[in-house]
Amino acid sequence: MTDHSMNDHQLDERANRNRLMKRIALRLGLYTLLILFALYYLMPLFVMVVTSLKSLDEIRTGSLLSLPREIDFSSWGKAWSGACTGIQCNGLQPYFWNSVLLSIPAVAISTLLGAINGYVLAQWRFKGSNILFALMLFGCFIPFQVVLLPMAITLGALKIAGTIPGLMLVHIVYGIGFTTLFFRNFYVTIPQELVKAAKVDGAGFFRIFFSIFLPVSPPIIVVTVIWQFTQIWNDFLFGVSFSQAGTQPITVALNNIVNATTGVKEYNVDMAAAIIAALPTLLVYVVAGKYFIRGLTAGSVKG
Amino acid sequence: MTDWLEKHVPKLVLAPSLIAIFVFVYGFIGWTAYVSFTKSRLLPKYDLVGPIQYEKLAASPRWEVALTNLAIFGILFILFATVIGLILAIMLDQKIRTEGPLRTIYLYPMALSFIVTGTAWKWILNPGLGIESVFRDMGFENFTFDWLVNPDLAIYTVVIAGVWQSSGFVMALFLAGLRSVDGEIIRAAMVDGISTPRIYMSIIIPSMAPIFLSSFIVLSHLAIKSFDLVIALTGGGPGYATDLPATYMYAMAFSRGDIGQAASSATVMMMIVTAIIVPYLYSELRPRHD
Amino acid sequence: MSNAMKKEMATPQTAKNILAIENLDKSFGSVKILKDINVAIEPGDFLVLVGPSGCGKSTLLNCIAGLESSTNGDIRIGGRSMTGVSPKDRDIAMVFQSYALYPTMTVGKNITFGMKVRGVAEQEQQRKLDEVAKLLQIDHLLNRKPSQLSGGQRQRVAMGRALVRDPQLFLFDEPLSNLDAKLRVEMRTEIKRLHQTLGASIVYVTHDQIEAMTLATKIVVMKDGVIQQAGTPNEIYNQPANMFVADFMGSPSMNLIPASAEKQGDATKISITRPDMEDIVLDFDREIEGLKSGKKSVILGLRPENITDSTNQHITKGQIADCRVDVVEPAGSDTFVVTNLAGKQVTARLNADATIIAGETASFAFDLSKASVFEPETGARIA
Repeated sequence: MTDHSMNDHQLDERANRNRLMKRIALRLGLYTLLILFALYYLMPLFVMVVTSLKSLDEIRTGSLLSLPREIDFSSWGKAWSGACTGIQCNGLQPYFWNSVLLSIPAVAISTLLGAINGYVLAQWRFKGSNILFALMLFGCFIPFQVVLLPMAITLGALKIAGTIPGLMLVHIVYGIGFTTLFFRNFYVTIPQELVKAAKVDGAGFFRIFFSIFLPVSPPIIVVTVIWQFTQIWNDFLFGVSFSQAGTQPITVALNNIVNATTGVKEYNVDMAAAIIAALPTLLVYVVAGKYFIRGLTAGSVKG
Repeated sequence: MTDWLEKHVPKLVLAPSLIAIFVFVYGFIGWTAYVSFTKSRLLPKYDLVGPIQYEKLAASPRWEVALTNLAIFGILFILFATVIGLILAIMLDQKIRTEGPLRTIYLYPMALSFIVTGTAWKWILNPGLGIESVFRDMGFENFTFDWLVNPDLAIYTVVIAGVWQSSGFVMALFLAGLRSVDGEIIRAAMVDGISTPRIYMSIIIPSMAPIFLSSFIVLSHLAIKSFDLVIALTGGGPGYATDLPATYMYAMAFSRGDIGQAASSATVMMMIVTAIIVPYLYSELRPRHD
Repeated sequence: MSNAMKKEMATPQTAKNILAIENLDKSFGSVKILKDINVAIEPGDFLVLVGPSGCGKSTLLNCIAGLESSTNGDIRIGGRSMTGVSPKDRDIAMVFQSYALYPTMTVGKNITFGMKVRGVAEQEQQRKLDEVAKLLQIDHLLNRKPSQLSGGQRQRVAMGRALVRDPQLFLFDEPLSNLDAKLRVEMRTEIKRLHQTLGASIVYVTHDQIEAMTLATKIVVMKDGVIQQAGTPNEIYNQPANMFVADFMGSPSMNLIPASAEKQGDATKISITRPDMEDIVLDFDREIEGLKSGKKSVILGLRPENITDSTNQHITKGQIADCRVDVVEPAGSDTFVVTNLAGKQVTARLNADATIIAGETASFAFDLSKASVFEPETGARIA
């Protein structure tokens, strides 16, 4: 080896080191930005939690972002069973159960209908079935304001205005579009030959659905159930339009607590109530985030 | 008979849902559109009188505010949510070790009700004890952040909360898109000596046009339907400064008892959504030859 | 196709036909998928429907299975008209391209599902399952799920599901096209062996002409919803009814060389013009339809194996001509040589040990005893 090539070698090394430094700086900047964004997204949750654990005194004197000096759970108790939603002061509890009572059957029925509709639209197509699918899908996208008035009249005519079954009907009807979309897009990926084989084997429409298609469906059932549950639990428009004092879902009750004009503004109770209202869907998100995201993206990108 | 049944069972199974959709979606849209041409007030009337409700709408300063707000909110909300979502997605696409937890953090607001989001941000943005006092405590004595109660700026607080809630969702869409870009094209570009930023600018991002479209559709749809967020955050106020078409419609229908105005404003919303959604659905569902 | 030929092709309908298709038409809207299909097979026949994709062969199979309804015409299975009969009552079994195994059921359940639906007694189900599993050597797989099987194993399970039915007629829809090349050859042999041991009647759809040649007792070549030719593999290969069949069947495919035929007294001569070399003139010892006297342009169809090395000892007949060698492709057992005649690439099939060099001129032996002659306008066979 000559001196000359030694020099080259050293130069190379320096260039390499420079490149490495630049890379490290870039990565550092990247991670810093990502963490800053994470803090931005977490901040409201953090503020909600710490505020709910502070006393009213501390809220008035302390800082929004500071940790509570003394942890005080009393606002949670009040939010659950004592906060006022207008004239009644039973907290969120009854409305929480309203939402549970409302969402379980509504989710189950709309998912079942979506499954069977999706099965027909993917595997038993007939003339015009694609147009029918497009018409169903369009129903997902309408601004619901356009159906509020006739729905109110219809619920009244059916004598279920202001009842939980009435609200359930609304959620089922306007949920079918999405649940059908989910199942259809899942079932079209299954080769049509499966139905043919089963037909030759002598199985009929329902037998094929229950013996062959339903058993492969758990992933899409999870996605659909999570989607529908989140939609129904978080709904406010239908809840506020079609319920009355005793039958309101939790979002409406939360809004009433926060906007109650009587008495002192209890920010800690508001925050505790907000967290309680958010807990079920947050829990679902944490436990089954993968399916939650799949539902979100499936709802917007069609195959 | 059994043959007939066997042949038509798929249609029979689909029928209840279809009937429901036809009545509750298309029938109801028709009803609302019809009533928007009547003199209905507290109760619906069914004599057509021409477009007087639309004339009234056009003359209403409150409706004008609602439309202006929709434009401001819609444009800023879509713009910021898309840009932030895209930036987050590209950053997360750089083989980040903690991608899973970060993604979970960016996306969790999407699991919340807009009412919860509104409640939280209402508290954070409130001028007395919220973010304003945080900055004042830090020594910025004259810092003011009173957008929430300022009629000219309150609509921007809706944008802040809306972007916070939805940008993570856009990130998820873009991240899925980035992951589905053909790796071979990228490897080919790298072999050609093209820098990473260039690869993103001229190859990857243009190839995600369909995702831009999807996220635009979803976000614009969210913007037009926005109701809960405004109700929880500002209640439409101060005054009616943050009214959107959705809150205007609701106010007319359920507190003002003006069904005609409610129906006409809902019909206008419907038309805006249709103008966006129909071309999209058409392009998505157009039969593909394969 | 002329009416005379159609009549000739239509197999006479007899009582012992296991499958008879008469004047079948099928349209989707205004698009005609199948046009006037007439096919019949006898018990034990292995019928292969072959043609390029989109020729309607799979639609025809689906019509036989009852999975699609025909627009006109009749299908009879075992002498019974199938109009309005649903697939489950047709006494058929079907094997699909994607195998169509029920993904959540074990292999055993997949095979017995049909019997279960039909309410066959548990013991009988078990007996048949054992029998078929042994025959196909899948007894050790019965408790596995389809996702745990290899492609070849799935293929066997799909066949097992068909075999337990013990039907009058088996239908195979491109069953080997999802397998890799080596496995495809193995399974082909397997299917042939099963056919021989069971004596089953089979209708088999494929786009692979080699599969058709090796498996069939009878081949139907289709194109654009029309039957081009029906016959034994030998007939299809040696006497293709038209240029489409000639080109489609055989690999490398038949050379179709523009030429002119001339009647000189009793003798017929076929000559091929070449721009850069002198014409090749060959004796042809059969009559050409429509050539009474004078000259006529024709297409000469010659299989690669009918153009050989002139030095080959085994070739006694054949007429020698010199040609320029463009490309030499040794293929192990043979050597293929590409030359150019009348502006067309022409492939000759030579012995593996042929010493021939690209770019040089070599002499070839043309054996016209097995040649076909086609009408250039219609593509129909005229000799």
